[in-house]
Order: sequence, then C-alpha cells, then structure tokens
Amino acid sequence: MATENDGGLEFHPLDQFIVKPLFSDGPVHWYTVTNVTLWLAIALVAITALFVFGSRGRAIVPSRTQSIGEVLYGFTYKMVEDVAGKDAVKFFPYIFTLFMFILFSNYLGLLPMSFATTSHIAVTAVLALAVFFTVTILGFVKNGTGFLKLFWVSSAPLALRPILAIIELISYFVRPVSHSIRLGGNIMAGHAVMKVFAGFAAIAAISPVAVLSITAIYGLEMLVAGVQAYVFTILTVVYLRDALHPAH
Amino acid sequence: MASGTETTADGAGMPQLDFATFPNQIFWLAVTLVAIYFVLSRIALPRIAGVMSERQGTITNDIAAAEELKLKAREAEEAYNQALAEARAEAQKIAAETKAEIQGELAKAQEKADAEIAAKAAESEKAIAEIRAGAVESVKAVAKDTTKEILSAMGSKADAKAVTAAVNARMKG
Repeated sequence: MATENDGGLEFHPLDQFIVKPLFSDGPVHWYTVTNVTLWLAIALVAITALFVFGSRGRAIVPSRTQSIGEVLYGFTYKMVEDVAGKDAVKFFPYIFTLFMFILFSNYLGLLPMSFATTSHIAVTAVLALAVFFTVTILGFVKNGTGFLKLFWVSSAPLALRPILAIIELISYFVRPVSHSIRLGGNIMAGHAVMKVFAGFAAIAAISPVAVLSITAIYGLEMLVAGVQAYVFTILTVVYLRDALHPAH
Repeated sequence: MASGTETTADGAGMPQLDFATFPNQIFWLAVTLVAIYFVLSRIALPRIAGVMSERQGTITNDIAAAEELKLKAREAEEAYNQALAEARAEAQKIAAETKAEIQGELAKAQEKADAEIAAKAAESEKAIAEIRAGAVESVKAVAKDTTKEILSAMGSKADAKAVTAAVNARMKG
C-alpha cells in the first residue's frame, strides 16, 4: 500500500485495517454491511464448506475434506478432554466454534487483499471477554463460593497466601486483556510488517530484498496464524478447567 | 507501527482504535459466531461424531471378526496337523507291512530258487556221470575195435574174448 508521490515513499501499513462500508461511502453504523461483515461471512462459509459439505458423504472411509474436518474435531476434542477433564466435554461445541472461527479468520486474513478480522481488538476483546465472563459465571454456578479457592493457594505457607491471593486476583482480571491483545497484536503486527516491506518493494534497488522478506514473513505469519488460534483456544480450555476444578 | 504523524484515511490513528467502528464489528461478529455455533453444533459436529463412532464400531467389529477367524484358522491348522500326523503314522505302518510282506515273499522265492538250483545241479551231476560212464564205454568199444583192427591188420585173427579182457585189464591199469 505504498505509493510514490513526488519522489517520496508513503507508507500506509495500517490502511488495510480500515473498516469501511461495502456498498456506500456513508458512516459506519452498527448495522452497516462492511468489509468486516464480508470477511466474517466468508469465514462462516468456509467453515460450513469444510465441516458440513466436507462431511456430507458420512463415509466410513473418509474423503480428504472429511478427514481434515475429523482431524480438527478429534484434535480439539482430545485437547478439551485432556486439559479440562471429561465434564468439560459438554462445552466442546463452544470451544470448537471459537477455535475454528479464529483459525479460519487468521488464515483468510493472510490472503492478499483480504481483511483480517482477528487483527481488530474489538473482535478479539469480544472473544476474550465472552470467555472471561462465561468462565467466571460458570465457576460460581458450579462451585459457589468454592470458586474463590482459585485465589487461595492452599499449598503455599499461610503467611504468603494473602499476598498470593492479590497476585492471583490481578492476574485473573488481566486474563481477558492479555488473551485478546495477544491474538489481535500478533495478527496486526504481522500484517503491518508485510505492508511496510511491500512499501520498500517500490524502490528498485532494494525491492528483491523486500520481496524476499515479504515471502519469509508470510511464511512466519502462516505459522503465527495457526499458533495464535491454538494458543487462544488452549488458554480458553485452561480457564475452563479453572472454572470446573478451582482448587489448586 | 506507523509513526504518529502518519494517519489513516479516516484521519484517526490505528483503525483498531477507531471506536466508531466497534458497534459494527461487534454486531457482525456476534451474528457470525452465533451462525457458526449453530452450523457446527446442529449439523457438523453431530454428523462428524456419528461418523467417527460408527467407524470405531466398524473397526471394533472387524477386529472381533478377525480374531474369530484367526481362532478358526488356528483350529483348522491343528486339525490339519493332526490329520497329517495320523496319515504319516498310517503311511509308516503300511510301509512297514509292505516291507515285511515283500521280505517274506522274497525269502520264499529265494528258497524256491535255491531248491530248484539244487535240483538242477543234482540232475546235471547225474547227467555228467552218465556222460562220463558213456564215454568210458565208448572208449572201451573204440579201444576193442581199434585193437581188433590193428590185430587183423597185422594178420592175426583176433579173439574177441581175449581182446575184451586185455582192454578191460588195460583200462583198469
């Protein structure tokens, strides 16, 4: 997104993140169909394509698409079961929804000219806050005041426990912040860096280096997209385990 | 990121911090998440779970069937081995019997042959003795005749009795 104006380079690495209406130039109301809407819809379509149309054969010996869906299903199911326990399995659809949404959004955002919905703090914050509130409410509903044991480290010496309780409490409330910024920041930074290098590619002398760098960073971002989706999901599962089994 | 002097088209700083777009994003995100949740939990996940458990069932059944077949195969092999051992024992028995029988027949035949050979040898000996006796007679006759001829050639009448006696006497000597 760099253009050469009057012999100078202009970088607009953040222009790719602008939310704009698809069909008009007016202001962005809450109901306006924007590029965000478009790419969220594409994620929905892609997920539907993989999991609904991919498995429409219901084959005992699966097709390739069906296998991918089954691998993701099995992987996530096992993760929930292993980390949060058998009683967490009923939350599997929620976690799978989160995981697939983030995974697909991250990879769709890596398509050239696309819009990375997960690079927006508004999106990741909603996801993280949803997890935070769900887990907190669930913790109190399941364990009553016993959920507060999460902050009372019974394995530590008695004198240290109040101090640890304060630290635990702070870390508990920082969870949604780190949870959302980790994902949004990673995706945004990667995309912005690629745009900066793309701007340098306009200068003939360094363009080969710039193009190679874009390629390398793109490869890195492919990794980051998957890893960040996984990290977000496994943290959600860990928080869920805390809610179901608060004792340390 | 971009330095503070650079601005986006909207004139704000980071588009991420343009709070005017938040309601829009949050609204559409909620719609999308609910849609994804319903698609997954109502259609996709039950179907995949069904397929996977069905496959697990099929695999379990197949393994059980394979185990059963294996057992059957082992039984069949045992039966085969037993039959083989029996057959081998039978064969050995038959071979031994046959051998004994052949041996008996052979001994009998040999005995018979020996007897025949002995008979033939005795017969031959008798024949040889006869021939020998015949030969002695012939020699006697020839000697008599020769003597008679010689005597008649010398001009004297041969006395048959005397010649015979003389020849007999010579032959003994």
